[in-house]
Amino acid sequence: MANTKEVRKQIASIKSTQKITAAMEMVAASKIRKTQSEMQLGRPYSEKIKEVISHIATSSSEYSHPFYENREAKKACFIVVSSDKGLCGGLNINLFKNVIQKAAELNNQGVESSFALIGVKAANFFKAVGGNVVANVQKLGDKPDPDMLIGLTKTVLDLHKDNEIDQVYICSNKFVNTMTQQPGVQQLIPLPAIEDDGLTSTHWDYIYEPEAKELLEGLMTRYIESLIYHAVVENNACEQAAKMLAMKNATENAGDLIKELELLYNNVRQAAITQELSEIVGGAAAV
Amino acid sequence: MSTIKVSIVSSSEEIYSGEGTMVFATGSLGEIGIAPGHTPLLTGLAPGPVRVQNGDDEQTFFCSGGFIEIQPDIVTFLSDRAERADSMDEAEAIKAQEQAEKNMHDQESTLDYTKAAAQLAEAAARIKTIQKLRKNK
Repeated sequence: MANTKEVRKQIASIKSTQKITAAMEMVAASKIRKTQSEMQLGRPYSEKIKEVISHIATSSSEYSHPFYENREAKKACFIVVSSDKGLCGGLNINLFKNVIQKAAELNNQGVESSFALIGVKAANFFKAVGGNVVANVQKLGDKPDPDMLIGLTKTVLDLHKDNEIDQVYICSNKFVNTMTQQPGVQQLIPLPAIEDDGLTSTHWDYIYEPEAKELLEGLMTRYIESLIYHAVVENNACEQAAKMLAMKNATENAGDLIKELELLYNNVRQAAITQELSEIVGGAAAV
Repeated sequence: MSTIKVSIVSSSEEIYSGEGTMVFATGSLGEIGIAPGHTPLLTGLAPGPVRVQNGDDEQTFFCSGGFIEIQPDIVTFLSDRAERADSMDEAEAIKAQEQAEKNMHDQESTLDYTKAAAQLAEAAARIKTIQKLRKNK
């Protein structure tokens, strides 16, 4: 049977862990608000640029951008957005599962996969699992800087331009609410067809200043960049929400554990007293 | 009076969304004025002031590079960075210009020439915007 000193030590250690998880929960809770507002601030830009892109898609332009071109898929690239830090429950691993599943699906169709990774956790995971990693950015912090993503975006888009890859997917967590985050894989290139908003029926085109090719090239790159940036910001909000939840559960579990151990401690102590008493009584009777 | 829907967004926030009777901006090929019913136009946006007139009311914004999309009833500014001109700080802008100039001439600097030139253009446009705004007051 365990002795009282051991049990007491265990209780003390769990209590200090509980203090840490409780503090981390509060930190995450305060960060959620910040990351969420950042997500909302970035939304108008992504919505507007999407609108513009959809207008361009419906125009009868003399120049068709390669991102619209449906090439025969031989190679795909996954941009995987993960967090830098752990302790956020199954957030990252659920996403990776989705990615692996999709990659396996494509593999069955004879499509090879490569990966562009954002975040420490994705880098570690794909290092362990293996896989062709073409680009990697880490430690974007709580306030991701769009400039840090330009390199990764450029690498992927250049590969696409050189016909090294035919499809690009972005894999990230969608923020549903504080309790739910939805991992998802979304196709970036070729750009998915956009629903008709009545503009296609008439034949029209923009005046381009300067050249259509140059302009669309820039605009499309910016569009992809904005989508990736938005995914990173959204993933950040997901991370904090998942972290808060995970830490809340950990704190509660620690509480349960402490209760159980306290019960055990009382049992052990009582057993010791009872034994001592019976020994004294037994000793007295013998004399 | 007919109006055109104007929205100015930067990658980190929405700066302006509303109606305007006339909009002036700096396109990549020069100044343009946009009135309601403008023909569809897609052009680059050069660093500089964007003025939105709505009747007698006029507001000035500063946009760094980006794109302008014009539809007959909508004009959208997709700017990398944008801010309200009246919240800009001239001293700060001048400092940025000096820094950019230094970068241009500094051979040792790790910044490449094109980046430094872009910085300088932006800083100069910023100062121009502030000065223009002051003159109008």
